[in-house]
Amino acid sequence: MARFSPENLAHARLLLSLYPEPRSALLPLCHLAQAQDGWLTPEAMEQVAELVGVTPAEVLGTASFYDMLHTSPVGTYLIGVCTNLACLLAGGEELLRHAERSLGVAPGATTEDGMFTLEEVECVAACDRAPCAAVNWRYFGPLGPDAFDELVGQLRAGALAAEVPAHGVLSRVRRRRGLATTTEEVAAERRAADEERAARASAKAAEAQGSGDGGSRS
Amino acid sequence: MTTPSPSPSPSGAAEVGGGAAQAGASGAAAGDSGAAPQEVTITLDGREVAARPGELLIAAAERAGVYIPRFCYHPRMRQVGMCRMCLVEVKGPRGFSLQPACFQPVANGMEVRTESPAVKKAQDGVLEFLLVNHPLDCPVCDKGGECPLQDQTLTFGPGETRFVEEKRHWSKPIPVSSLVELDRERCIQCDRCTRFAKEVAGDPFITFQGRGDHTEVNTFPDRPFASYFSGNTVQICPVGALTASAYRFKARPWDLEQVESTCTTCALGCRMVVQSSSGEVVRHLGVDDEAVNHSWLCDKGRFAFEASTAPSRRTHPLLRSDARLRPVSWQVALSEVAGRLRAVLATDGPGAVGVLGGARLTNEDAYAWAKLAKAVIGTDSVDAQLDDGLPAELVAGLPPATIADACAAKVLLFLGPDPREELPVLFLRLRGAVRDHGLDLVELSPVDTSLTDLARASLRYRPGQLVDLVRQLLGSLPPANPAVAAARDRLVAGGGEGVVVALGRSSIAESEEQTVAAAGLLRRMLPGATFLPLLRRGNVRGALDAGLAPGLLPGRQRLADGGAFATAWGGLPGAPGRGARALLEAAATGQVRALFLLGADPLSDFPDRSLARRALEAVELVVSVEAHPNASSEHVDVVLPAAAPSERAGTTTNCEGRLSPVGQKVVAPGLAWPDWAIAVELAAALGADLGFASPADIVAERARLAPLFAGVTSAVLAGTVGRMGALLPLRGRGPDGELGEWPAGATGGLERLDPMAVPGIASVESQGAPSEAGVVRAAGPVVAAPVGGRMAAGDDGPAALLSWEPPEALPATPPVDAYSLRLVAARRCYDGGTAVQASPSLAALAASPALRAHPSELERLGVASGTKVAVRAAPGRLELVLEADAGVPKGVAVLGAVPPAADAPGASALVRAGDPVTEIRLETLEAG
Ligand code: SF4
Ligand code: SF4
Ligand code: FES
Ligand code: FES
Repeated sequence: MARFSPENLAHARLLLSLYPEPRSALLPLCHLAQAQDGWLTPEAMEQVAELVGVTPAEVLGTASFYDMLHTSPVGTYLIGVCTNLACLLAGGEELLRHAERSLGVAPGATTEDGMFTLEEVECVAACDRAPCAAVNWRYFGPLGPDAFDELVGQLRAGALAAEVPAHGVLSRVRRRRGLATTTEEVAAERRAADEERAARASAKAAEAQGSGDGGSRS
Repeated sequence: MTTPSPSPSPSGAAEVGGGAAQAGASGAAAGDSGAAPQEVTITLDGREVAARPGELLIAAAERAGVYIPRFCYHPRMRQVGMCRMCLVEVKGPRGFSLQPACFQPVANGMEVRTESPAVKKAQDGVLEFLLVNHPLDCPVCDKGGECPLQDQTLTFGPGETRFVEEKRHWSKPIPVSSLVELDRERCIQCDRCTRFAKEVAGDPFITFQGRGDHTEVNTFPDRPFASYFSGNTVQICPVGALTASAYRFKARPWDLEQVESTCTTCALGCRMVVQSSSGEVVRHLGVDDEAVNHSWLCDKGRFAFEASTAPSRRTHPLLRSDARLRPVSWQVALSEVAGRLRAVLATDGPGAVGVLGGARLTNEDAYAWAKLAKAVIGTDSVDAQLDDGLPAELVAGLPPATIADACAAKVLLFLGPDPREELPVLFLRLRGAVRDHGLDLVELSPVDTSLTDLARASLRYRPGQLVDLVRQLLGSLPPANPAVAAARDRLVAGGGEGVVVALGRSSIAESEEQTVAAAGLLRRMLPGATFLPLLRRGNVRGALDAGLAPGLLPGRQRLADGGAFATAWGGLPGAPGRGARALLEAAATGQVRALFLLGADPLSDFPDRSLARRALEAVELVVSVEAHPNASSEHVDVVLPAAAPSERAGTTTNCEGRLSPVGQKVVAPGLAWPDWAIAVELAAALGADLGFASPADIVAERARLAPLFAGVTSAVLAGTVGRMGALLPLRGRGPDGELGEWPAGATGGLERLDPMAVPGIASVESQGAPSEAGVVRAAGPVVAAPVGGRMAAGDDGPAALLSWEPPEALPATPPVDAYSLRLVAARRCYDGGTAVQASPSLAALAASPALRAHPSELERLGVASGTKVAVRAAPGRLELVLEADAGVPKGVAVLGAVPPAADAPGASALVRAGDPVTEIRLETLEAG
């Protein structure tokens, strides 16, 4: 499954069509390949190179610049423990040591079952939840040793499947269409959004009415 | 591809980046460039200096004698401002601030400080940072002693480091290709190699990978840096990170001796220095020449010196006895040749003697051999080409264009072989012209080539239909195809004024008639156009200019008009002799009984192998003057060992007709002699005196007798003209016919445009190394210099001494046979030629001989790509691997002209000499 599946290849062509220069689609295509396989396999990089008209070396050069694109295999869950300042002061180092012991791997390595890859990361902008860890780029914290083990247990049991995106996926949204959107479509989208907003507002008003006798919600 | 570079283009004809401009500027002052360039004045360390508007500060300062340290800046590449070594203080509205001099164009009134405390501190800081992760393994580094990092740290650096932590480690070195090794620990991320690969060569197979202090240069796994130009990255790397496998641990820079020379591996004539250590050539380095190679070499030219010391090298005269070639003395060999030759002359006359080849020779060697053949032996059946080039009269007689003209053409009509395969650095020049100023390139070719992506229009023709395509392109009826119509409009505007036609044979499976007729049509229909002949082999142009062609005398003169020669040489052949094909045909039927091969290998190089074999078998006496054995050696009766490049001095002439020096650096091994000396001794053995005791005598006689070489005296060759190269005939002569003086203050010789790219010279010179090192030999009187490819004063372009009359009748178009494919046989850069095969670094790169055809042809045959098939043609049948290639049109198949191994199947086994086209039929092989 290293080259694009037929659906992904079709999607890759859609992405390519968005840019006047095919080369501009290099990163989006890397996202797509990583979403498919969990990492950028050499075959995928070669295919991306073919699609955007550069050499595989150029794809690797670009992809290897970005920490979130992986040019070697990673586990199903990539756990990044932050040891930057806020987390450090709140016990990030200790959390990392604990994670190493608990998973049985050093930072950069993957557990034997292929479930977890442990990483030491710089600030992931979740300092309010220090010490924190990111799992497939979803944030969890503050994490003590017990909370960490519980998190790992839940991940292993699949209990967080809804919350934590699948292996390798970097973006929350996937573009569904090309650039050419007709004015009618835009108008229809606006109407739908307006209606939705109006509906939300009236629901809120009704609710405020209902809880009129005070007592804030927790 | 056509994005203009943000800087003044380094390859623009008028604005030459950096130091090479020195020659250009001084020359321009001497004469021919019209509008004098405006000047701006900048204040450099308190001194007012002149600069050209838009020029980069670093280049302007260098011309004013102020060297600003640098690593990433290269005058022939786009500046990137990566290393920050060139920081200087530039005054702005808020006072002085640090700016990278390589990124800062000069402006009038600019104030610059290059030695202030702030600048010193910046230089200190940059170097300290660069050395943080540098392994400092200079004692075991090949670059030590000529290393810009070492030198600049010594001159500008802090001398102390505060970094005490562990450095970054990589495994060292790793091969990035079979020719180049990379030590990533030493890399300072200047982006020179990666920029060269992408921007200049168009082969971005090495890139920066990773980020921050973990940035490394590397290839994609298992995809080596397979570029014909990879060696240039070794030369421009400012540290010892990139090294050439052929040079690693062979020498120390302070032991190197060097001489300026010219590459004769192909006919482009790239300028270079040859460096030796302990009497052995160890390295070729490109030297910047504005007219020719812009400082680059191809890997073939760079590494082919290995052939000179190959074990197979000819070192002794050999004589065949009992079916084996056995070493003999020169005297025995020469008297044997003379005796047998006399016998042939006595019974059959000089017409029974032929001389083939000569592209390996220097101009002086070729002159001596022309004199031996035409005056002493008396035969005019002499041909430096092996039916694989263009008629000598056409080459000499078409209005000439230079490489620079081709790059600056209004439209360049390219009609010839793939330049990346045959004249590799020409490809770089053309690619650069397209990149920098959008050269309008129109290509006519039977298959896709390296130019196809660069061309504004690339038109296909089936072999045998070139004339049809040219007629369609230029004829009176507007072409139906819009691409053709657009190209036509651009070509014919102004009678073809400003159009340059690059003309060569794109395939030797076609006879020359289509190319010649196309040249004639173009000559008539585009009277304003000029022509750049794309001859392929070494000094073939020089050999033709020396008269190694039927019907010609030295200096582009017809045999019939050779008055001066008739007297001086005491007789000339009465009638024009045979060209290569006629000669071999006559040999095969017994009319030619003695054949001299001047480095020629008819079995590999002549388009028709079967004719070559029949001829060699029939000829009684085959004498080969060669440096290496080749496929034809089994038919040779006497081998006379000749000196190889770098073992003799002289001049060479490139495809545009530019004369430049080849230097001698080492002594020929064993008993090998320079070719001119062999000619002299052989003449003596025949009882004649050629009158040459040294190449200087040849130079003198040539200057006296051949009008083309008027003024080309030893003194001139020892001076600037000889060192920089010049187009012939020389221009700008003074009243007495001698060459004019250079303007005062000008220095002679090639400039070191990028001081870091010719390591050895700058570093070694400044350390008081052995006298030969770093000193370019033969500094003589300074004389008029060629500027932008031409002589300075009164230059109106090189005159053609011979005019070529295009044939009136056009050849018939061979009818298409729907069941056959038409063969295109072209040379590859790495093939079975001796230069490649005798060089260990290159031999392994030679491509296997596969036949390539359009995928639909494979479908029609019902075979998959990579299957072996039978190929039938008139002379015979071959079994070849067939590969699908969408770049080959339907109805056509491509095969390398010279296969890697001596008897592997190659195109010449399928070609019948003189046939207008070669039709082949493919058949599947029976399974099992
Ligand atoms: S390998 Fe050499 S040329 Fe390439 S980036 Fe490193 S230092 Fe520069
Ligand atoms: S292009 Fe030709 S002349 Fe230049 S280095 Fe290569 S082989 Fe030599
Ligand atoms: S310091 Fe850990 S998330 Fe910011
Ligand atoms: S930044 Fe100017 S030379 Fe590198």
